[in-house]
Amino acid sequence: MSKRARSIAIQWGIFAVGLGAVGAVLYSTVSWAKLGDAYFRWDVFKAQFPVMITEGVVNTLFYTFIAFTGGLVFALIAATMRQSQVVPARWLATTYVEVLRALPALLTILLVGYGIKIAFSDYEIPGFFNQNYGKGGLALALVAGAYMAESIRAGLQAVPKGQTEAARSLGLSSRQTLRRIVMPQALRIVVPPLTNEFVLLLKDTSLLYVLGVTVGERELVTIANQARSASFNSTPLTAAAVCFIAITLPLTYLVKWVERRTEMRTR
Amino acid sequence: MSEASTTDTTTHGTVAAAIEICDLHKSFGTTEVLSGIDFRVDRQEVVCVIGPSGSGKSTLLRCVNRLEEATSGRILIDGINICDPDVDLDPIRRQIGMVFQQFNLFPHLSVLKNVTLAQTLVLGRHAEAARTYALVQLDKVGMSNKVDAYPGQLSGGQQQRVAIARALAMDPEIMLFDEATSALDPELVGDVLAVMRDLASDCMTMMVVTHEMGFARRVADRVVFMADGHVVEEGIPVQLLESPREARTQQFLQQVLRPMED
Repeated sequence: MSKRARSIAIQWGIFAVGLGAVGAVLYSTVSWAKLGDAYFRWDVFKAQFPVMITEGVVNTLFYTFIAFTGGLVFALIAATMRQSQVVPARWLATTYVEVLRALPALLTILLVGYGIKIAFSDYEIPGFFNQNYGKGGLALALVAGAYMAESIRAGLQAVPKGQTEAARSLGLSSRQTLRRIVMPQALRIVVPPLTNEFVLLLKDTSLLYVLGVTVGERELVTIANQARSASFNSTPLTAAAVCFIAITLPLTYLVKWVERRTEMRTR
Repeated sequence: MSEASTTDTTTHGTVAAAIEICDLHKSFGTTEVLSGIDFRVDRQEVVCVIGPSGSGKSTLLRCVNRLEEATSGRILIDGINICDPDVDLDPIRRQIGMVFQQFNLFPHLSVLKNVTLAQTLVLGRHAEAARTYALVQLDKVGMSNKVDAYPGQLSGGQQQRVAIARALAMDPEIMLFDEATSALDPELVGDVLAVMRDLASDCMTMMVVTHEMGFARRVADRVVFMADGHVVEEGIPVQLLESPREARTQQFLQQVLRPMED
């Protein structure tokens, strides 16, 4: 047996022994029957649909969409401000980015979610912002904006200075240079981290369950958790997990595919 | 923009030089890179600037279209002082073509688009006219068979020739070359130098920062030697390269012309 083949055989051996050991421990300690009954009841699983999709998936995607679009707006403003000639504008943007990245998303959701009503108590708050859509969407947009601002700034800085110099020496104005030369290149650099942020955001929508559970506005996890306590069975959580995987995994692969395509064109 | 107010009469009478630089100083922080440069390029003249690295020759070139801001002094392009903060730079920059050491083609645009973009955006040419003119320029540099390629698919020499075509498509009055062949593999240098030589014989006004002594000798009308932020010596190529007066010039030329004998 060659040295290489022996090394591979040993690795397989370690894997088999390890798997066997962990499997044996789990098999003898875990109450498989109870676990299966609590999490994998087919009748309970079926009963979650179609509500879990028509309300849960739809709302999860809607919250993500609001938060991502809002976040992108905040991020573009913050990234522009951080490059501003006006020093206080830079401070303000930096403060926003640093503070929101320092806070747990859950705390931001609670602060904004309960804060809006009190802050604007002298006014009639428009319906959208009275709902979880507005309150939760805004909170998540603020969080996402802080992270995305950093990604966008990094993307803009990653475009070599020579690109700007070449464009300006051809007579392009600074705005034309930004729009035609720098932005398109920065965008390509920024797409992977932004889609990553999209996936993170999609999962963070689950935190919105702390803002209440009005029927109609519930996202996946809220629905699943309510169904769990109503039916004394945890299978709804499994159903929510399946839904998340069904959205997130294809998205991740789509991003990889888009990345590979843009790379092929520029190389 | 009132051009009359910024037009100076030069020391050489009514006809302004293409480039005239008077007592130019440039510092990066506390380091002075250019210490009082006087320099002139006449119309249709080819001037090569040589000197050791760190001598300030690239900085001088980059001051000419204000990619670097001069600390003090005057730079006149066709008689217009571009150091004047009120001067509108974009129309002046479009008369000055620049070729960089690192090519700086736009990687997200095809070769053709690289050459047409500024024509349509800056000169307002129609897409079809810009395309036709781009093909003329690309043909001049021998790159008309690569119009649909992206810069990443080209060799360094090909990229640099496209970059020259891109600058020429703007019909510049002056061309600046910032060590245009320094980043190229040795076997690709010749093609780019040939394009530059053709350009010189077409009577283009050229300021060329270079390490190619052979090019300077054959193509330049005048060679300027710089060291430590000063113009040490200048003259016609034969005189400066073969019988330099200054010790500093002699020392430099010995180093670059016979590097193997040490």
